[in-house]
Amino acid sequence: MRVLAIPGSLRNDSYNAKLLYNSVELFPDDAVLDLWGGLKDVPPYDEDDDGGDAPAAVAELRDAIARADAVLIATPEYNHSIPGQLKNAFDWVSRPIATNPMRNKPVAVIGASTSSFGGVWAQAELRKVLGALGARVLDVELAVPHAHERFDQFGRLTDQNFTEQLAAVVDSIVLAVAERTARLELTA
Amino acid sequence: MSTTETLIAPAGSWQLDPVHSQVGFEVAYLSGTFKGQFREFDGRLVVDGNEATLEGTVKVASVDVKDENLAAHLQSPDFFDAEQHPELRFTATQISLDGENVNVRGELTIKGVTRPTEVTGTVAAPLTDAYGRERVGLRLTTTVDRTAFGVSWNIPLPSGEPSLADDVSINAELFFIKA
Repeated sequence: MRVLAIPGSLRNDSYNAKLLYNSVELFPDDAVLDLWGGLKDVPPYDEDDDGGDAPAAVAELRDAIARADAVLIATPEYNHSIPGQLKNAFDWVSRPIATNPMRNKPVAVIGASTSSFGGVWAQAELRKVLGALGARVLDVELAVPHAHERFDQFGRLTDQNFTEQLAAVVDSIVLAVAERTARLELTA
Repeated sequence: MSTTETLIAPAGSWQLDPVHSQVGFEVAYLSGTFKGQFREFDGRLVVDGNEATLEGTVKVASVDVKDENLAAHLQSPDFFDAEQHPELRFTATQISLDGENVNVRGELTIKGVTRPTEVTGTVAAPLTDAYGRERVGLRLTTTVDRTAFGVSWNIPLPSGEPSLADDVSINAELFFIKA
């Protein structure tokens, strides 16, 4: 099983990237987790540029999604919504909408925020966007509030409660991939 | 006086004529009624003694609307989830006839959810076509709450009102040929 993990923040010491790192050991031993670090390289979406060869970072993201069995996205919350660059990346991914690589792909949305609500509004809006792309948005949630207090010096979650919630998200991804794989094999 | 003993069609097995039959839907959307149909479906009517059975399936992937992006959205998990639930299905458990009026009680399955559903309509008297084949026609309709089947997508208007109605009419014009 291959999972593409996408942090929605661009900064080096991102809490959401740390959240994704914490998920690595929770996946089965035979799972491969690809952490995508190309978000900053994605140019602003311009339909005039969206023909023929896509920009390199866009092509890389589309290919990474297509190769993955599932996608795990950890998003911050900027002004009660999704970061613009993360939305922009999925605007590129979404074209053409009928055949975009997120269609039917299991995807889970989690997040961490320094606020008291853990970025729940951004997560809800990202789920809406992913639904519009035709993704199979998993009914799971993990919102880590006061993120600046939740990780130790090594980037590990300090609260076992959040680790358990993250494990539940991972289990849902594993189950969704297994179910989809079995379903596709049946109809092949 | 109405009778429910009259059979819906002469005894035998009747197969759906897919070329002339139609299965479609209508739903209030924004300022009007949005209509679409399905291109691929199958159905069978069996009349045996005093019993009649009717069942049909519709391929979700055959949804026919004018925009390919809309078709893709309708097949996505937001709507019918064609990958996980490739067919809609109706199975009649009780068929009653009053003159040309038909009342069919059965089970409708959409997106993997099965609910009892009542369908009404009319039946056209059987005839023999120019090629010697016996035919009978059924015109059926029902209105369902799509959200009861897990088809719950919506988007609010600036007023806060939902843009898509919950109630959907499903209409079928069915031509049967005796097997």
